[in-house]
Amino acid sequence: MVERSLGPADIVPPFEVEDVELYHPKSWLTKYVFSQDAKIIAIQYSLTALAIGLVALVLSWLVRLQLGFPDYFTFIDATLYYQFITMHGMIMVIYLLTALFLGGFGNYLIPLMIGARDMVFPYVNMLSYWIYLLAVLVLAASFFTPGGPTGAGWTLYPPQAILAGTPGQESGIVLMLVSLILFIIGFTMGGLNYVVTVLQARARGMTLMRMPLTIWGIFTATVMALLAFPALFVGAVMMLFDKTLGTSFFMPAIVQGGEVMAYGGGSPILFQHLFWFFGHPEVYIVALPAFGIVSDLISTHARRNIFGYRMMVWAIVFIGALSFVVWAHHMYVSGMNPSFGFFFAVTTLIIAVPTAIKVYNWVLTLWRGDIHLTTPMLFALGFIVTFVSGGLTGLFLGNAVVDVPLSDTMFVVAHFHMVMGVAPILVIFGAIYHWYPKMTGRMLGETMGKVHFWTTFLGTYAIFFPMHYLGLLGVPRRYHELGVTSFIPDSAHTLNAFISIAAFIVGAAQILFLFNLVWSWFRGRPAGGNPWRATTLEWQTPETPPAHGNWGKELPVVYRWAYDYSVPGAKLDFVPQNQPTLSGG
Amino acid sequence: MAHASPTAPGLSHARPGGWQGIAADWSSDQRAFKQVSWGKAMMWIFLLSDTFVFSCFLLAYMTVRMSTAVPWPNASEVFALEIAGTHMPLILIAIMTFVLISSSGTMAMAVNFGYRRDRRKTAILMVVTALFGAAFVGMQAFEWTKLIMEGVRPWGNPWGAPQFGSTFFMITGFHGTHVTIGVIFLLIVARKVWRGDYDREARGFFTSRKGQYEIVEITGLYWHFVDLVWVFIFAFFYLW
Repeated sequence: MVERSLGPADIVPPFEVEDVELYHPKSWLTKYVFSQDAKIIAIQYSLTALAIGLVALVLSWLVRLQLGFPDYFTFIDATLYYQFITMHGMIMVIYLLTALFLGGFGNYLIPLMIGARDMVFPYVNMLSYWIYLLAVLVLAASFFTPGGPTGAGWTLYPPQAILAGTPGQESGIVLMLVSLILFIIGFTMGGLNYVVTVLQARARGMTLMRMPLTIWGIFTATVMALLAFPALFVGAVMMLFDKTLGTSFFMPAIVQGGEVMAYGGGSPILFQHLFWFFGHPEVYIVALPAFGIVSDLISTHARRNIFGYRMMVWAIVFIGALSFVVWAHHMYVSGMNPSFGFFFAVTTLIIAVPTAIKVYNWVLTLWRGDIHLTTPMLFALGFIVTFVSGGLTGLFLGNAVVDVPLSDTMFVVAHFHMVMGVAPILVIFGAIYHWYPKMTGRMLGETMGKVHFWTTFLGTYAIFFPMHYLGLLGVPRRYHELGVTSFIPDSAHTLNAFISIAAFIVGAAQILFLFNLVWSWFRGRPAGGNPWRATTLEWQTPETPPAHGNWGKELPVVYRWAYDYSVPGAKLDFVPQNQPTLSGG
Repeated sequence: MAHASPTAPGLSHARPGGWQGIAADWSSDQRAFKQVSWGKAMMWIFLLSDTFVFSCFLLAYMTVRMSTAVPWPNASEVFALEIAGTHMPLILIAIMTFVLISSSGTMAMAVNFGYRRDRRKTAILMVVTALFGAAFVGMQAFEWTKLIMEGVRPWGNPWGAPQFGSTFFMITGFHGTHVTIGVIFLLIVARKVWRGDYDREARGFFTSRKGQYEIVEITGLYWHFVDLVWVFIFAFFYLW
């Protein structure tokens, strides 16, 4: 962009909305506990999500103990094993990833990045967190009920999910469904806030096409969540009735133990449709915020404007829309009409186009950039690599004919862990290293961060790459013990042991990360207001961490997009969004 | 030049109409919907999300109606009443529908008087709307009682597919909950209108935001939505 004098088009429009009246906390309790400040709510969301995520991490260790060394840990019987994998999956996908990206980063970054004082409805926003906490507690309570948590697999397919023989069918499944219903109610409260804040409460000069891609990702994901969660809500309500009232929404006529059960006439496939109508958008609800955040990390730490900003925005929107018409690619082997497979395979593969556009644009942003290999940047680069390798296996699974033999093997486990487990988690770490200075005023320890990155990045490859091979051999997922079979060679068992050891090391690295979080809070290097020399508004706040109301007296005015790095003729190699001229005058 | 001086309000604000206007609004700053307040935008988006909930319920109902192997009970006979010796199919549902749609009318009038800041008429019309709503829920309770007395349960009924009872209780129950919540909100807002909270912009107990007559319209949006959903339930569950 060349320096030019401000023309009529640059004149900032007048305020359309009066400045927000904020709720001013009157006591310690309303300031730090029942806070209506989005930044506090964000930290509450993040800490709760990390805490329950830690439970899921421990569960994954237990799963790996069993898979790697099936003869040694006899306390992990089949029942416990199924409970571990189920809870691990559900916690990671919903209670950690969704909550952290939208409730955590969404709450923290939306008001700051678009120049608002707070979310539009702070009180509802606060309720959102407390209902989320309740959902987490109900979920955690299922560990302590008779029969334990549900072991139906994270997809909770009926009829098995509620029948005798499935672990946790006594009460675990009920608590799981209630917890999901609560989560959705809580999320809807927050989600309405995020959407309305982005649409209706931006700063003067902040047009939609000047928003950082982080906000585009979170915004699109939230819209998707508001439209996808209803399907899960309905599915959960109906299964709850099947379990508690004896209805037969999802239950066909069943003979169990020689006895004809009272169920009959329901449609198990209906649940799968409802679940995946939610479940597939859910993948992108997690992925789109990651796409957005990683774009900003790469641009900031490569000191270069994002390549193809408009394309990036449209790719996010297009992926979001497409993800609503691909859900049945999770159901190729469910017994649905096979000709549906053609339609869903086509739509699935079309998603590769906008996704590839994004990957190319990230790489082209790096091209001849001034790359600073800071910890956030390392995680961002790690994301690109992981996402590409995870995405490519999606091409195998998206094709109906290739999917059928691979379905329910470790190949699937490897695919979705790479693409929606590891890749978004790497972005979460990158984002925490990037924004922690804004939240606390201190930098996270750099050395510990780098050790954390390399262990996690290389370690996850050591875990999940061999799983592809196991899957191609035909090793099934969800099996408590493989036993002796003709098609699984001994070397597969050795490989499983290797994977488990890698998993323990990666897990231990996360403890280092948690230690870093706590240590840096007290001992970290003071960060100043804008340690990464970034352009976006959250780094331009008068105070760090930003005070209640974010901006002091004057609301910021936005004059440019979020990516003015290394602009020729500018005094510094970054031009903040609220700086009127290049020279900073 | 440190800060561009803000233009006077309305100076460059003649926006084009039609699609060009929408494009101009969406490419502008601050707000995408220029005439829409935060509260109204939030209600609209919530209703969009709620539409998906009810759509999923209705689609699920249609699916189980197709998947069940037992014949579906004849709704117009199940919901018939004997009044003064005459057998009248669907009569109660017809009255319920009439009551609920009438309540939409009184609600629309309440919104109108709200914007005229006519405290008394607004409050009275909202209370009338709430009474219609309560009457609807009351008749629904009567209908539930009658069916339960006749042996309809979520897990079975005397006339055919057990899914008939399951979907009936689930969908009308979920809709009835919506109506009940609407009645409660109508009464709360009507009380505040009556007290004049919105004339003196009294602050909300929880939110400490200034109250405005617009809340009448937002409540109205919700109420009309609940009515509209009933029309679909009526068409798909009772008439089909």
